[in-house]
Amino acid sequence: MTQLALVIDLNTCVGCHACVTSCKEWNTSGEAGPMVDRNPYAAEPTGTFFNRVQSFEVGNFPHTQTVHFPKSCLHCEDPPCVPVCPTGASYKRPEDGIVLVDYDKCIGCEYCSWACPYGAREIDEQQKVMKKCTLCVDRIYDQSLPEDERKPVCVLSCPTSARIYGDIHDPESEASKAINDAGGYQLMPEWGTAPANHYLPRRKVDITVHQEDLQRVDNPLRKEDRGQRAPTTRTTLDDSTSW
Amino acid sequence: MVSGRPPRARHSTIRLHGNGMKPALSVVLLTTLIGAGQGLFLAYYSAEWFVMLAILAPAQTDYSGYAAGLSFLLLAAGLLASFFHLGHPERAWRAAAMWRTSWLSREVIALPVTMLLMLGYTLFKVSDYDPLVFVLGKSIPITASTLVGFGAVLALCGLYICTAMIYACLKFLRQWHSPLTVLNFILMGGASGFTLATAISAYTRDGRFAYFVGMAIFLTLAALVSRFASLLRNKNLRSPSSLQSAIGVHHPTIRQIAQGAMGGSFNTRAFIHSYGASVVQLARRSFLVLGFIVPVVLLQFSSDISWMLCAGAFVLQYLGLLVERWYFFIEAEHPQNIYYQMIS
Repeated sequence: MTQLALVIDLNTCVGCHACVTSCKEWNTSGEAGPMVDRNPYAAEPTGTFFNRVQSFEVGNFPHTQTVHFPKSCLHCEDPPCVPVCPTGASYKRPEDGIVLVDYDKCIGCEYCSWACPYGAREIDEQQKVMKKCTLCVDRIYDQSLPEDERKPVCVLSCPTSARIYGDIHDPESEASKAINDAGGYQLMPEWGTAPANHYLPRRKVDITVHQEDLQRVDNPLRKEDRGQRAPTTRTTLDDSTSW
Repeated sequence: MVSGRPPRARHSTIRLHGNGMKPALSVVLLTTLIGAGQGLFLAYYSAEWFVMLAILAPAQTDYSGYAAGLSFLLLAAGLLASFFHLGHPERAWRAAAMWRTSWLSREVIALPVTMLLMLGYTLFKVSDYDPLVFVLGKSIPITASTLVGFGAVLALCGLYICTAMIYACLKFLRQWHSPLTVLNFILMGGASGFTLATAISAYTRDGRFAYFVGMAIFLTLAALVSRFASLLRNKNLRSPSSLQSAIGVHHPTIRQIAQGAMGGSFNTRAFIHSYGASVVQLARRSFLVLGFIVPVVLLQFSSDISWMLCAGAFVLQYLGLLVERWYFFIEAEHPQNIYYQMIS
Protein backbone atom coordinates (compact mmCIF):
# COMPACT_ATOMS: atom_id res chain seq x y z
CA MET A 1 0.00 0.00 0.00
CA THR A 2 1.14 3.46 -0.80
CA GLN A 3 1.60 5.93 2.02
CA LEU A 4 2.58 9.33 0.74
CA ALA A 5 4.30 11.50 3.31
CA LEU A 6 6.78 14.25 3.95
CA VAL A 7 10.18 13.77 5.51
CA ILE A 8 11.41 16.99 7.06
CA ASP A 9 15.09 17.45 7.72
CA LEU A 10 15.55 19.53 10.86
CA ASN A 11 19.24 19.58 10.14
CA THR A 12 18.77 21.64 7.00
CA CYS A 13 15.64 23.66 7.77
CA VAL A 14 16.64 27.29 8.25
CA GLY A 15 13.18 28.50 9.33
CA CYS A 16 12.62 30.78 6.34
CA HIS A 17 8.84 30.12 6.22
CA ALA A 18 8.90 29.67 2.44
CA CYS A 19 6.92 26.44 2.89
CA VAL A 20 4.38 28.33 5.03
CA THR A 21 3.77 31.12 2.54
CA SER A 22 3.79 28.91 -0.54
CA CYS A 23 1.38 26.49 1.19
CA LYS A 24 -0.98 29.32 2.05
CA GLU A 25 -0.71 30.75 -1.46
CA TRP A 26 -1.46 27.44 -3.18
CA ASN A 27 -4.24 26.34 -0.88
CA THR A 28 -5.98 29.68 -0.53
CA SER A 29 -6.17 29.91 -4.33
CA GLY A 30 -7.60 26.44 -4.82
CA GLU A 31 -11.14 25.47 -5.67
CA ALA A 32 -11.90 24.78 -2.00
CA GLY A 33 -12.05 28.52 -1.47
CA PRO A 34 -9.87 30.96 0.42
CA MET A 35 -8.43 30.33 3.86
CA VAL A 36 -9.11 32.93 6.55
CA ASP A 37 -6.53 35.69 6.79
CA ARG A 38 -7.35 38.32 9.40
CA ASN A 39 -5.15 41.40 9.87
CA PRO A 40 -2.52 39.99 7.52
CA TYR A 41 -0.51 43.21 7.58
CA ALA A 42 -1.51 44.55 11.01
CA ALA A 43 -0.37 43.96 14.54
CA GLU A 44 -2.10 40.67 15.32
CA PRO A 45 -2.21 38.64 12.10
CA THR A 46 -4.10 35.38 12.37
CA GLY A 47 -5.76 32.91 10.07
CA THR A 48 -5.91 29.38 8.80
CA PHE A 49 -2.64 27.75 7.83
CA PHE A 50 -1.94 24.14 6.93
CA ASN A 51 1.70 24.45 7.77
CA ARG A 52 3.60 26.50 10.31
CA VAL A 53 7.23 26.79 11.31
CA GLN A 54 7.95 26.95 15.00
CA SER A 55 11.32 27.71 16.54
CA PHE A 56 12.92 26.27 19.62
CA GLU A 57 16.12 27.09 21.43
CA VAL A 58 17.84 23.95 22.63
CA GLY A 59 20.54 23.95 25.27
CA ASN A 60 21.88 26.43 27.79
CA PHE A 61 23.51 29.65 26.73
CA PRO A 62 26.11 29.89 25.24
CA HIS A 63 25.82 26.29 24.08
CA THR A 64 22.51 26.68 22.31
CA GLN A 65 21.13 25.71 18.96
CA THR A 66 18.03 27.01 17.27
CA VAL A 67 15.81 24.27 15.90
CA HIS A 68 13.25 25.32 13.31
CA PHE A 69 10.36 22.93 13.33
CA PRO A 70 7.85 22.86 10.43
CA LYS A 71 4.54 21.48 11.68
CA SER A 72 1.63 20.21 9.60
CA CYS A 73 -0.73 17.25 9.44
CA LEU A 74 1.33 14.08 9.78
CA HIS A 75 -1.11 11.87 7.80
CA CYS A 76 -1.00 9.23 10.54
CA GLU A 77 -1.26 5.61 9.47
CA ASP A 78 -3.70 5.13 12.37
CA PRO A 79 -5.28 8.59 12.42
CA PRO A 80 -7.25 9.18 15.65
CA CYS A 81 -9.15 12.05 13.99
CA VAL A 82 -10.86 9.83 11.40
CA PRO A 83 -12.94 7.32 13.43
CA VAL A 84 -14.37 10.05 15.69
CA CYS A 85 -15.80 12.07 12.79
CA PRO A 86 -19.60 11.62 12.92
CA THR A 87 -20.24 12.44 9.27
CA GLY A 88 -17.39 10.67 7.52
CA ALA A 89 -16.07 14.03 6.32
CA SER A 90 -12.65 13.08 7.68
CA TYR A 91 -11.24 10.11 5.90
CA LYS A 92 -7.99 8.39 5.02
CA ARG A 93 -7.61 7.54 1.37
CA PRO A 94 -6.83 3.86 0.99
CA GLU A 95 -4.98 4.41 -2.28
CA ASP A 96 -2.29 6.79 -1.02
CA GLY A 97 -2.81 7.20 2.73
CA ILE A 98 -3.59 10.91 2.61
CA VAL A 99 -5.94 12.06 5.40
CA LEU A 100 -8.46 14.49 3.96
CA VAL A 101 -11.54 16.46 4.98
CA ASP A 102 -14.55 16.64 2.69
CA TYR A 103 -15.51 20.29 3.20
CA ASP A 104 -19.01 19.63 1.85
CA LYS A 105 -19.72 17.01 4.52
CA CYS A 106 -18.01 18.64 7.50
CA ILE A 107 -20.48 20.02 10.05
CA GLY A 108 -17.82 21.97 11.93
CA CYS A 109 -18.25 20.19 15.27
CA GLU A 110 -14.49 20.35 15.97
CA TYR A 111 -14.52 16.85 17.46
CA CYS A 112 -11.66 15.72 15.20
CA SER A 113 -9.48 18.55 16.47
CA TRP A 114 -10.01 17.31 20.02
CA ALA A 115 -8.89 13.86 18.89
CA CYS A 116 -5.66 14.99 17.18
CA PRO A 117 -2.80 15.12 19.70
CA TYR A 118 -0.68 17.24 17.35
CA GLY A 119 -3.07 20.14 16.86
CA ALA A 120 -2.81 19.67 13.12
CA ARG A 121 -6.40 20.69 12.38
CA GLU A 122 -7.79 24.19 12.30
CA ILE A 123 -11.35 25.34 11.90
CA ASP A 124 -11.78 27.88 9.11
CA GLU A 125 -13.61 30.69 10.83
CA GLN A 126 -15.31 31.87 7.64
CA GLN A 127 -16.28 28.59 6.01
CA LYS A 128 -16.90 26.95 9.44
CA VAL A 129 -15.33 23.68 8.38
CA MET A 130 -12.23 21.86 9.61
CA LYS A 131 -9.18 22.24 7.42
CA LYS A 132 -5.76 20.70 7.34
CA CYS A 133 -2.85 19.81 5.10
CA THR A 134 -3.99 17.92 2.00
CA LEU A 135 -0.46 17.01 0.93
CA CYS A 136 -1.40 19.15 -2.09
CA VAL A 137 -3.65 16.39 -3.38
CA ASP A 138 -4.73 18.85 -6.10
CA ARG A 139 -1.13 19.14 -7.35
CA ILE A 140 0.44 15.74 -7.02
CA TYR A 141 -1.92 14.04 -9.48
CA ASP A 142 -2.35 17.01 -11.83
CA GLN A 143 -1.45 15.69 -15.29
CA SER A 144 -1.29 19.24 -16.68
CA LEU A 145 1.76 19.99 -14.55
CA PRO A 146 5.24 18.90 -15.61
CA GLU A 147 6.09 15.65 -13.84
CA ASP A 148 8.75 17.10 -11.59
CA GLU A 149 6.26 19.69 -10.29
CA ARG A 150 3.73 17.07 -9.18
CA LYS A 151 4.85 17.48 -5.58
CA PRO A 152 3.46 19.34 -2.58
CA VAL A 153 4.18 23.02 -3.01
CA CYS A 154 6.06 23.22 0.29
CA VAL A 155 8.53 20.66 -1.04
CA LEU A 156 9.05 22.61 -4.25
CA SER A 157 9.49 25.92 -2.46
CA CYS A 158 11.98 24.81 0.18
CA PRO A 159 15.26 26.56 -0.68
CA THR A 160 17.38 24.14 1.35
CA SER A 161 15.62 20.96 0.19
CA ALA A 162 14.74 20.20 3.79
CA ARG A 163 11.46 18.62 2.72
CA ILE A 164 11.42 15.26 0.99
CA TYR A 165 8.20 13.86 -0.44
CA GLY A 166 7.48 10.27 -1.32
CA ASP A 167 5.97 6.90 -0.53
CA ILE A 168 7.31 5.74 2.80
CA HIS A 169 6.05 2.20 2.13
CA ASP A 170 8.29 1.92 -0.90
CA PRO A 171 11.75 1.10 0.47
CA GLU A 172 13.34 2.45 -2.69
CA SER A 173 11.77 5.91 -2.47
CA GLU A 174 13.86 8.94 -1.61
CA ALA A 175 11.73 9.46 1.50
CA SER A 176 12.21 5.90 2.79
CA LYS A 177 15.93 6.04 2.14
CA ALA A 178 16.20 9.33 4.01
CA ILE A 179 14.30 7.86 6.99
CA ASN A 180 16.48 4.77 7.04
CA ASP A 181 19.80 6.47 6.41
CA ALA A 182 19.45 9.56 8.57
CA GLY A 183 17.50 8.18 11.52
CA GLY A 184 14.06 9.51 10.65
CA TYR A 185 11.65 9.55 13.57
CA GLN A 186 7.96 10.17 14.32
CA LEU A 187 6.47 12.80 16.62
CA MET A 188 4.96 11.72 19.96
CA PRO A 189 5.35 8.00 19.24
CA GLU A 190 3.90 7.29 22.69
CA TRP A 191 0.33 7.75 21.38
CA GLY A 192 0.56 5.00 18.79
CA THR A 193 -0.77 7.10 15.93
CA ALA A 194 2.04 6.02 13.59
CA PRO A 195 2.49 9.37 11.82
CA ALA A 196 3.44 8.96 8.17
CA ASN A 197 5.46 12.17 8.16
CA HIS A 198 8.90 11.72 9.59
CA TYR A 199 11.53 14.13 10.80
CA LEU A 200 15.26 13.81 10.35
CA PRO A 201 17.20 14.73 13.48
CA ARG A 202 19.81 17.39 13.96
CA ARG A 203 23.15 15.82 13.16
CA LYS A 204 26.56 16.82 14.29
CA VAL A 205 28.60 17.68 11.24
CA ASP A 206 32.30 17.32 11.98
CA ILE A 207 34.91 18.51 9.50
CA THR A 208 38.55 18.21 10.34
CA VAL A 209 40.13 21.49 9.30
CA HIS A 210 43.86 21.39 8.88
CA GLN A 211 46.02 24.45 9.10
CA GLU A 212 46.92 24.00 5.42
CA ASP A 213 43.24 24.33 4.48
CA LEU A 214 43.10 27.77 6.06
CA GLN A 215 46.46 28.99 4.87
CA ARG A 216 47.95 27.43 1.83
CA VAL A 217 51.66 26.90 2.00
CA ASP A 218 52.03 28.07 -1.57
CA ASN A 219 49.55 30.94 -1.31
CA PRO A 220 50.82 33.62 -3.68
CA LEU A 221 49.00 36.33 -1.72
CA ARG A 222 50.56 35.61 1.64
CA LYS A 223 50.97 38.86 3.52
CA GLU A 224 54.54 38.25 4.47
CA ASP A 225 55.43 37.64 0.85
CA ARG A 226 53.90 40.84 -0.51
CA GLY A 227 56.91 43.02 0.09
CA GLN A 228 59.06 40.70 -1.95
CA ARG A 229 56.90 40.88 -5.04
CA ALA A 230 58.03 43.08 -7.87
CA PRO A 231 56.01 46.33 -7.99
CA THR A 232 53.69 46.55 -10.92
CA THR A 233 54.09 49.50 -13.18
CA ARG A 234 51.35 48.81 -15.63
CA THR A 235 47.95 50.48 -15.10
CA THR A 236 45.44 47.94 -13.92
CA LEU A 237 41.72 47.92 -14.59
CA ASP A 238 41.11 49.12 -11.01
CA ASP A 239 43.22 52.19 -11.60
CA SER A 240 41.23 53.29 -14.62
CA THR A 241 37.73 52.77 -13.28
CA SER A 242 36.04 54.45 -10.40
CA TRP A 243 33.16 52.20 -9.27
CA MET B 1 9.13 38.01 20.95
CA VAL B 2 6.81 40.86 21.83
CA SER B 3 8.88 43.68 23.26
CA GLY B 4 8.26 44.53 26.85
CA ARG B 5 7.40 40.98 27.82
CA PRO B 6 9.85 39.79 30.45
CA PRO B 7 11.69 36.64 29.45
CA ARG B 8 10.34 33.73 31.39
CA ALA B 9 12.27 30.68 32.39
CA ARG B 10 10.94 27.61 30.59
CA HIS B 11 11.78 24.14 31.59
CA SER B 12 11.42 20.88 29.84
CA THR B 13 9.12 19.33 32.42
CA ILE B 14 5.81 20.80 31.44
CA ARG B 15 3.04 21.34 33.91
CA LEU B 16 0.06 22.13 31.81
CA HIS B 17 -2.12 23.49 34.60
CA GLY B 18 -4.14 26.41 33.37
CA ASN B 19 -3.85 24.91 29.91
CA GLY B 20 -7.23 23.22 29.82
CA MET B 21 -9.69 23.19 26.96
CA LYS B 22 -11.95 26.14 26.32
CA PRO B 23 -15.44 25.08 27.50
CA ALA B 24 -17.93 24.67 24.66
CA LEU B 25 -20.98 26.27 26.28
CA SER B 26 -23.55 24.66 23.98
CA VAL B 27 -22.09 21.26 24.84
CA VAL B 28 -22.16 22.11 28.55
CA LEU B 29 -25.88 22.89 28.19
CA LEU B 30 -26.56 19.83 26.03
CA THR B 31 -25.00 17.29 28.37
CA THR B 32 -26.52 18.73 31.56
CA LEU B 33 -30.02 19.21 30.11
CA ILE B 34 -30.30 15.76 28.59
CA GLY B 35 -28.72 14.19 31.69
CA ALA B 36 -31.46 15.69 33.87
CA GLY B 37 -34.17 14.72 31.37
CA GLN B 38 -32.97 11.12 31.25
CA GLY B 39 -32.82 10.98 35.06
CA LEU B 40 -36.34 12.38 35.36
CA PHE B 41 -37.71 9.73 33.01
CA LEU B 42 -35.88 6.99 34.89
CA ALA B 43 -37.36 8.28 38.15
CA TYR B 44 -40.98 8.20 37.00
CA TYR B 45 -40.73 5.04 34.94
CA SER B 46 -39.03 3.11 37.76
CA ALA B 47 -41.70 4.37 40.18
CA GLU B 48 -44.34 2.95 37.85
CA TRP B 49 -42.73 -0.50 38.05
CA PHE B 50 -42.56 -0.28 41.83
CA VAL B 51 -46.30 0.45 41.81
CA MET B 52 -46.93 -2.54 39.54
CA LEU B 53 -44.83 -4.75 41.80
CA ALA B 54 -46.83 -3.37 44.76
CA ILE B 55 -43.74 -1.88 46.41
CA LEU B 56 -45.10 1.65 46.09
CA ALA B 57 -48.73 2.59 46.64
CA PRO B 58 -50.51 3.62 43.43
CA ALA B 59 -50.97 7.36 42.94
CA GLN B 60 -54.43 8.89 43.02
CA THR B 61 -53.60 10.72 39.84
CA ASP B 62 -50.75 9.41 37.69
CA TYR B 63 -48.53 12.28 36.54
CA SER B 64 -45.82 10.12 34.98
CA GLY B 65 -47.03 11.07 31.49
CA TYR B 66 -46.49 14.75 32.23
CA ALA B 67 -43.10 14.05 33.84
CA ALA B 68 -42.09 12.13 30.72
CA GLY B 69 -43.28 15.08 28.65
CA LEU B 70 -40.97 17.32 30.67
CA SER B 71 -38.12 14.85 30.08
CA PHE B 72 -38.84 15.10 26.37
CA LEU B 73 -38.69 18.90 26.57
CA LEU B 74 -35.37 18.82 28.44
CA LEU B 75 -33.89 16.56 25.75
CA ALA B 76 -35.32 18.80 23.05
CA ALA B 77 -33.73 21.85 24.72
CA GLY B 78 -30.42 19.99 24.86
CA LEU B 79 -30.71 19.07 21.21
CA LEU B 80 -31.44 22.70 20.34
CA ALA B 81 -28.38 23.84 22.34
CA SER B 82 -26.18 21.33 20.52
CA PHE B 83 -26.94 22.95 17.18
CA PHE B 84 -25.16 26.09 18.34
CA HIS B 85 -21.98 24.05 18.63
CA LEU B 86 -21.94 23.29 14.91
CA GLY B 87 -20.40 25.38 12.18
CA HIS B 88 -22.96 23.96 9.74
CA PRO B 89 -26.13 23.04 11.67
CA GLU B 90 -28.00 22.54 8.39
CA ARG B 91 -25.81 19.50 7.75
CA ALA B 92 -26.40 18.00 11.21
CA TRP B 93 -28.34 15.07 9.72
CA ARG B 94 -25.08 13.83 8.22
CA ALA B 95 -23.77 13.16 11.73
CA ALA B 96 -25.71 9.90 11.95
CA ALA B 97 -23.57 8.34 9.24
CA MET B 98 -20.53 6.98 11.07
CA TRP B 99 -22.18 5.16 13.97
CA ARG B 100 -19.85 2.20 13.46
CA THR B 101 -16.83 4.16 14.66
CA SER B 102 -17.91 7.47 16.22
CA TRP B 103 -19.50 7.85 19.66
CA LEU B 104 -20.69 11.28 18.59
CA SER B 105 -22.54 9.71 15.71
CA ARG B 106 -24.05 7.14 18.06
CA GLU B 107 -25.23 9.95 20.35
CA VAL B 108 -26.76 11.71 17.37
CA ILE B 109 -28.85 8.57 16.76
CA ALA B 110 -29.58 7.71 20.41
CA LEU B 111 -30.84 11.20 21.30
CA PRO B 112 -33.78 11.42 18.83
CA VAL B 113 -34.63 7.73 19.40
CA THR B 114 -34.86 8.38 23.14
CA MET B 115 -36.93 11.51 22.51
CA LEU B 116 -39.30 9.66 20.20
CA LEU B 117 -39.87 6.87 22.72
CA MET B 118 -40.35 9.41 25.53
CA LEU B 119 -42.89 11.23 23.38
CA GLY B 120 -44.68 7.94 22.64
CA TYR B 121 -44.80 7.13 26.34
CA THR B 122 -46.15 10.62 27.08
CA LEU B 123 -48.88 10.30 24.45
CA PHE B 124 -50.00 6.85 25.67
CA LYS B 125 -50.07 8.10 29.25
CA VAL B 126 -51.72 11.47 28.71
CA SER B 127 -54.34 10.18 26.28
CA ASP B 128 -56.73 7.55 27.59
CA TYR B 129 -55.60 5.13 24.92
CA ASP B 130 -53.14 2.73 26.58
CA PRO B 131 -54.06 -0.77 25.43
CA LEU B 132 -53.09 -3.85 27.39
CA VAL B 133 -50.53 -5.89 25.49
CA PHE B 134 -50.07 -8.89 27.78
CA VAL B 135 -50.12 -9.87 31.43
CA LEU B 136 -46.80 -10.61 33.02
CA GLY B 137 -46.95 -13.47 35.51
CA LYS B 138 -50.44 -13.45 36.89
CA SER B 139 -51.10 -9.94 37.99
CA ILE B 140 -48.82 -7.44 36.24
CA PRO B 141 -50.55 -5.84 33.25
CA ILE B 142 -48.11 -4.70 30.59
CA THR B 143 -49.65 -1.89 28.60
CA ALA B 144 -48.35 -0.18 25.48
CA SER B 145 -46.96 2.68 27.57
CA THR B 146 -45.02 0.23 29.75
CA LEU B 147 -43.44 -1.34 26.67
CA VAL B 148 -42.63 1.99 25.00
CA GLY B 149 -41.30 3.29 28.32
CA PHE B 150 -39.07 0.23 28.63
CA GLY B 151 -37.70 1.00 25.17
CA ALA B 152 -37.12 4.60 26.26
CA VAL B 153 -35.17 3.40 29.31
CA LEU B 154 -32.95 1.21 27.12
CA ALA B 155 -32.42 4.11 24.72
CA LEU B 156 -31.64 6.61 27.45
CA CYS B 157 -29.13 4.24 29.07
CA GLY B 158 -27.48 3.96 25.68
CA LEU B 159 -27.61 7.73 25.36
CA TYR B 160 -25.85 8.19 28.74
CA ILE B 161 -23.07 5.90 27.58
CA CYS B 162 -22.76 7.50 24.13
CA THR B 163 -22.64 11.02 25.56
CA ALA B 164 -19.97 10.15 28.10
CA MET B 165 -17.95 8.01 25.70
CA ILE B 166 -17.59 10.98 23.34
CA TYR B 167 -15.19 12.33 25.96
CA ALA B 168 -13.96 9.12 27.56
CA CYS B 169 -12.81 7.60 24.26
CA LEU B 170 -10.25 10.34 23.55
CA LYS B 171 -7.12 8.74 24.93
CA PHE B 172 -4.98 11.85 24.49
CA LEU B 173 -7.23 13.80 26.86
CA ARG B 174 -6.19 11.76 29.87
CA GLN B 175 -8.47 13.61 32.29
CA TRP B 176 -11.45 12.37 30.25
CA HIS B 177 -10.09 8.96 29.29
CA SER B 178 -11.45 7.06 32.27
CA PRO B 179 -14.48 4.91 33.20
CA LEU B 180 -15.11 7.55 35.87
CA THR B 181 -16.25 9.91 33.11
CA VAL B 182 -19.06 7.53 32.15
CA LEU B 183 -19.96 6.91 35.79
CA ASN B 184 -20.00 10.66 36.49
CA PHE B 185 -22.28 11.43 33.56
CA ILE B 186 -24.76 8.72 34.62
CA LEU B 187 -24.72 9.57 38.32
CA MET B 188 -24.92 13.34 37.87
CA GLY B 189 -27.65 13.13 35.25
CA GLY B 190 -29.57 10.66 37.39
CA ALA B 191 -29.14 12.79 40.53
CA SER B 192 -30.47 15.98 38.91
CA GLY B 193 -33.34 14.04 37.29
CA PHE B 194 -34.44 12.49 40.57
CA THR B 195 -34.14 15.88 42.31
CA LEU B 196 -36.45 17.35 39.68
CA ALA B 197 -38.78 14.39 40.24
CA THR B 198 -39.01 15.23 43.96
CA ALA B 199 -40.19 18.74 43.06
CA ILE B 200 -42.85 17.40 40.66
CA SER B 201 -43.94 14.77 43.16
CA ALA B 202 -44.18 17.30 45.99
CA TYR B 203 -46.18 19.65 43.76
CA THR B 204 -48.61 17.02 42.49
CA ARG B 205 -48.78 15.00 45.75
CA ASP B 206 -48.68 11.75 43.81
CA GLY B 207 -47.28 9.78 46.73
CA ARG B 208 -43.92 8.95 45.20
CA PHE B 209 -41.99 11.59 47.09
CA ALA B 210 -40.28 9.30 49.60
CA TYR B 211 -38.88 7.08 46.86
CA PHE B 212 -37.67 10.02 44.77
CA VAL B 213 -36.09 11.92 47.64
CA GLY B 214 -34.25 8.85 48.89
CA MET B 215 -32.90 8.09 45.42
CA ALA B 216 -32.02 11.75 44.76
CA ILE B 217 -29.96 11.96 47.94
CA PHE B 218 -28.33 8.59 47.27
CA LEU B 219 -27.45 9.44 43.64
CA THR B 220 -26.19 12.91 44.55
CA LEU B 221 -23.88 11.48 47.22
CA ALA B 222 -22.74 8.70 44.88
CA ALA B 223 -22.04 11.31 42.18
CA LEU B 224 -20.07 13.37 44.71
CA VAL B 225 -17.88 10.38 45.56
CA SER B 226 -17.39 9.52 41.90
CA ARG B 227 -16.62 13.11 40.88
CA PHE B 228 -14.26 13.55 43.80
CA ALA B 229 -12.47 10.37 42.73
CA SER B 230 -11.97 11.77 39.25
CA LEU B 231 -10.71 15.08 40.70
CA LEU B 232 -8.14 13.15 42.74
CA ARG B 233 -7.20 11.04 39.73
CA ASN B 234 -6.71 14.07 37.53
CA LYS B 235 -4.68 15.92 40.13
CA ASN B 236 -1.84 13.44 39.83
CA LEU B 237 -1.95 12.78 36.09
CA ARG B 238 1.22 13.33 34.14
CA SER B 239 1.36 13.47 30.37
CA PRO B 240 3.49 10.81 28.68
CA SER B 241 4.32 13.51 26.14
CA SER B 242 6.90 16.20 26.55
CA LEU B 243 8.47 18.88 24.41
CA GLN B 244 11.23 16.34 23.78
CA SER B 245 8.87 13.74 22.31
CA ALA B 246 6.79 16.43 20.59
CA ILE B 247 9.63 17.71 18.42
CA GLY B 248 11.97 14.75 18.80
CA VAL B 249 14.91 16.64 20.26
CA HIS B 250 16.27 14.89 23.32
CA HIS B 251 17.85 17.65 25.28
CA PRO B 252 16.65 18.47 28.80
CA THR B 253 16.51 22.20 28.09
CA ILE B 254 14.26 23.34 25.25
CA ARG B 255 12.66 26.74 25.07
CA GLN B 256 10.09 27.74 22.48
CA ILE B 257 10.94 31.03 20.83
CA ALA B 258 8.28 31.16 18.12
CA GLN B 259 5.03 29.27 17.63
CA GLY B 260 4.58 30.15 13.99
CA ALA B 261 1.72 32.60 14.42
CA MET B 262 1.88 36.12 15.78
CA GLY B 263 -1.79 36.77 16.49
CA GLY B 264 -2.61 33.33 17.87
CA SER B 265 -4.31 30.55 15.98
CA PHE B 266 -7.14 28.05 16.30
CA ASN B 267 -4.70 26.00 18.36
CA THR B 268 -4.30 28.71 20.97
CA ARG B 269 -7.97 29.73 20.92
CA ALA B 270 -9.64 26.31 21.23
CA PHE B 271 -7.38 24.40 23.57
CA ILE B 272 -6.07 27.00 25.98
CA HIS B 273 -8.63 28.75 28.17
CA SER B 274 -8.03 32.23 29.51
CA TYR B 275 -9.32 31.84 33.06
CA GLY B 276 -7.03 32.48 35.99
CA ALA B 277 -6.20 29.89 38.61
CA SER B 278 -8.44 31.63 41.16
CA VAL B 279 -11.48 31.41 38.86
CA VAL B 280 -10.82 27.73 38.23
CA GLN B 281 -10.46 27.06 41.94
CA LEU B 282 -13.65 28.98 42.68
CA ALA B 283 -15.47 26.96 40.02
CA ARG B 284 -14.25 23.68 41.49
CA ARG B 285 -15.36 24.61 44.98
CA SER B 286 -18.69 26.03 43.89
CA PHE B 287 -19.70 22.98 41.86
CA LEU B 288 -18.82 20.68 44.73
CA VAL B 289 -20.99 22.78 47.09
CA LEU B 290 -23.83 23.76 44.73
CA GLY B 291 -24.08 20.58 42.73
CA PHE B 292 -23.83 18.07 45.56
CA ILE B 293 -23.79 19.37 49.14
CA VAL B 294 -26.52 22.06 48.96
CA PRO B 295 -29.11 19.83 47.22
CA VAL B 296 -28.53 17.00 49.69
CA VAL B 297 -29.05 19.39 52.62
CA LEU B 298 -32.16 20.93 51.05
CA LEU B 299 -33.63 17.52 50.16
CA GLN B 300 -32.92 16.29 53.67
CA PHE B 301 -35.10 19.10 55.05
CA SER B 302 -37.80 18.83 52.40
CA SER B 303 -41.10 17.04 52.77
CA ASP B 304 -43.83 16.00 50.35
CA ILE B 305 -45.54 19.38 50.78
CA SER B 306 -42.47 21.59 50.25
CA TRP B 307 -42.26 21.59 46.48
CA MET B 308 -40.61 25.04 46.46
CA LEU B 309 -37.72 23.69 48.52
CA CYS B 310 -37.31 20.75 46.12
CA ALA B 311 -37.53 23.01 43.08
CA GLY B 312 -34.89 25.24 44.68
CA ALA B 313 -32.71 22.18 45.27
CA PHE B 314 -33.06 21.24 41.59
CA VAL B 315 -32.25 24.74 40.31
CA LEU B 316 -29.18 25.04 42.54
CA GLN B 317 -28.04 21.52 41.68
CA TYR B 318 -28.49 22.19 37.97
CA LEU B 319 -26.44 25.39 38.24
CA GLY B 320 -23.78 23.45 40.13
CA LEU B 321 -23.73 20.75 37.44
CA LEU B 322 -23.44 23.42 34.74
CA VAL B 323 -20.30 24.67 36.50
CA GLU B 324 -19.15 21.07 36.87
CA ARG B 325 -19.43 20.43 33.14
CA TRP B 326 -17.68 23.74 32.45
CA TYR B 327 -14.89 22.65 34.79
CA PHE B 328 -14.79 19.27 33.04
CA PHE B 329 -13.48 21.08 29.94
CA ILE B 330 -11.11 23.33 31.91
CA GLU B 331 -9.69 20.17 33.49
CA ALA B 332 -8.80 18.51 30.18
CA GLU B 333 -5.28 19.27 29.03
CA HIS B 334 -4.71 18.72 25.34
CA PRO B 335 -1.27 17.41 24.35
CA GLN B 336 -1.18 19.82 21.41
CA ASN B 337 -0.60 22.62 23.95
CA ILE B 338 2.99 21.41 24.22
CA TYR B 339 3.55 23.05 20.84
CA TYR B 340 2.10 26.35 22.08
CA GLN B 341 4.09 27.39 25.10
CA MET B 342 4.84 30.93 24.02
CA ILE B 343 3.11 33.41 21.76
CA SER B 344 5.60 35.13 19.54
